[in-house]
Amino acid sequence: MSVLDPAVGVPHSSSEAARRPAPQQAAAGAPQLASIKPRRLAGHGLPRPLRRTIGPLAVLLLWQIASVTGLLPREILAGPTAVIASASRLLATGELQQAIVTSLGRAAAGLAIGGSAAVVLAILSGLFRLGEDLIDSSMQMLRTMPIVALIPLLIIWFGIGEQPKIALIALATAFPLYLNVYAGIRNVDQKLIEAGLTLGLSRIGLVWNVVLPGALPNALIGLRYSLGVAWLALVFGEQINANAGIGYLMNTARELFQTDVIVVCLMVYALLGLIVDALVRVLERILLSWRPSFTGA
Amino acid sequence: MAAVLHRSMSGAAAGTVTTAVRVRELTRRFGSHVVIDGLNLDIAAGEFVALIGVSGCGKSTLLRVLADLDTEIEGEVDVAARRAVAFQEPRLIPWKSVWKNVVLGLAGLPDRARADAALDEVGLGHRADVWPKVLSGGEAQRASLARALVRDPDLLLLDEPFGSLDALTRINAQALVAELWRRHGYAVLLVTHDVEEALLLADRVLMMESGAIAHELAVDLPRPRDISDERFGALRRQLLTWLGVRVRDAVAVSA
Repeated sequence: MSVLDPAVGVPHSSSEAARRPAPQQAAAGAPQLASIKPRRLAGHGLPRPLRRTIGPLAVLLLWQIASVTGLLPREILAGPTAVIASASRLLATGELQQAIVTSLGRAAAGLAIGGSAAVVLAILSGLFRLGEDLIDSSMQMLRTMPIVALIPLLIIWFGIGEQPKIALIALATAFPLYLNVYAGIRNVDQKLIEAGLTLGLSRIGLVWNVVLPGALPNALIGLRYSLGVAWLALVFGEQINANAGIGYLMNTARELFQTDVIVVCLMVYALLGLIVDALVRVLERILLSWRPSFTGA
Repeated sequence: MAAVLHRSMSGAAAGTVTTAVRVRELTRRFGSHVVIDGLNLDIAAGEFVALIGVSGCGKSTLLRVLADLDTEIEGEVDVAARRAVAFQEPRLIPWKSVWKNVVLGLAGLPDRARADAALDEVGLGHRADVWPKVLSGGEAQRASLARALVRDPDLLLLDEPFGSLDALTRINAQALVAELWRRHGYAVLLVTHDVEEALLLADRVLMMESGAIAHELAVDLPRPRDISDERFGALRRQLLTWLGVRVRDAVAVSA
C-alpha cells in the first residue's frame, strides 16, 4: 500500500458510506430546481440620493410650520426663514466672515502647534526604544485626562486672550494624532522592513522609504480625529471671554436672546467641520493612491 | 557571543568570487530549541543549489542567516557581499511604483533606465509605472525577481519564491528563474519544499534534517530537464525516500 496512490490514499469506509442519505433521484427522479431571482437594487421609484434628502427636508418643513404657527416661540428657537435672514444680514455686514476667519485662525494655530509636537513625539517614541520609554508612558497617562478640565489652569497661565484658546486646541489635537502616528509606526509590516534591509537600505533610508510612508494611513486617521477634536476645543475655548470669532458672536447673541444668530453660528461650525473633513479626504486620496481601494476613485 | 562572523566577501580581493557561501558549524537557537545545529555548507560561485526539507527543519532560518536578517548565531558564516533575496511573498513596497521598487536601495537617484532594463528582462516592462498592489501574483513575483537582478548579485537567495503562485504561473516562473540564472551566472540557493522544482532547477539538492544537511544529491541531468525522464524519476524517488515519503513499490523496483 502506498500513501501516494490516490485510490488507496483516500479511503471510503463502507460504514461511512452507509450513514450518508440515499441519493435524491432514487425517490423523486430529477432534483427539483429553485430559481434565484435577481434583487431589484434601486427600488421604490425614487433614486437613492433623492430619497435620502426627504428626511432632512421634512424636519425643516416641520420646524418652519412650528415657527409660523407660534408653536415654537422665537425666544426658544428661531424658524428657518429667520435663520436664513440673519445669516444673510451677518454676511452683508461682514461680521460672519470676520468671525469665521478669526475662529479658523485659532483652530489652525492650535492644530499647527499641537500637531507638529505630536508628530515629533510620536516619531521619537515610535522609532527609538529610549524615546518610547521616556515619552510614551507620559502621553498614555495624559491622554485620559479630559482636556476641557484644563481650562481654569490655562486661564491662570495664559490669561484670557488668544493664548489659552490656542493652547487648549493644541493640547486637544495633540493626543489623537500622537496615538495614531505612534501606532502607525509600530504597526509597519515587519516583512517590508526586512525586504528593505535586504535591499541595502540604510537606517535613515528605511525610515524614510518604508516606516514613515507605512505609518501614513494611520496618521491620516489621527488627523481626522484631531480635526474633530479641534472644533470641540474651539467651541469650548471661545466660550471664555472671546471678543472676536464665532464663539463671541454666539455669546453676544445669547445675551440678546437672538436664537437665529446662535443657529447660524452652529451651522457655520457644522459646515466648517464638513469642509475640513472633505479636505482630509482629498488629502487621503492623493497620499494613499497606492491603496487598491482608491484606484477606482 | 563568541562566534566569529565574517559577513563580507573575498570578491573585492581578486575581482572574482569562487565561493558564494561558506558556512562552518553554524548554530541558531531559539531559547532552548536548537533550529540549526552545527551546520556546514559550501556553495560555489555560479552554482545552483536547492535546499529541501520538511517544514520546520530550519531551511528558512538558514536562508535568513545568509541574508543577514538573523544575526543571533554561533559559527562562521561567509556570504557574497553582493547578494539579493526574493521571498515567498514578493514584499514589494506598496507605496512605491513598480520601477521605484526595483531600484530602491541602490546608491544615487532612482535610475529609471536600470529599472526598465531589469523589468524588461522579466517581461514586466509594460507594468513599470503601476502600483504593486494592482499586479497579479505572478507579476509581483517577477517584479521581485527584477528587484533582485538589478543588484547584479553574486548570490541569489530564493525563499520558496513560487510557493504562492498557481500551478501554471509557477511553471513559467521556474523557467524564468532558470533562464536568468543561465544568463547571469550568479550562485543560487533555492529554499523549497517541492522536490520536482528542486530537481528541475538545481545542480545539487541538499536535504536538511534536525538542523543540519543530512543528504546531498548531485543532479547530473542535461538542461532543460524533463520530468518524464526516467533518471529524473529515480532522483525524485531518492529524495522522497529521504523525506520519509513511502513510494509505490512497483515503481521503485523499476529504478
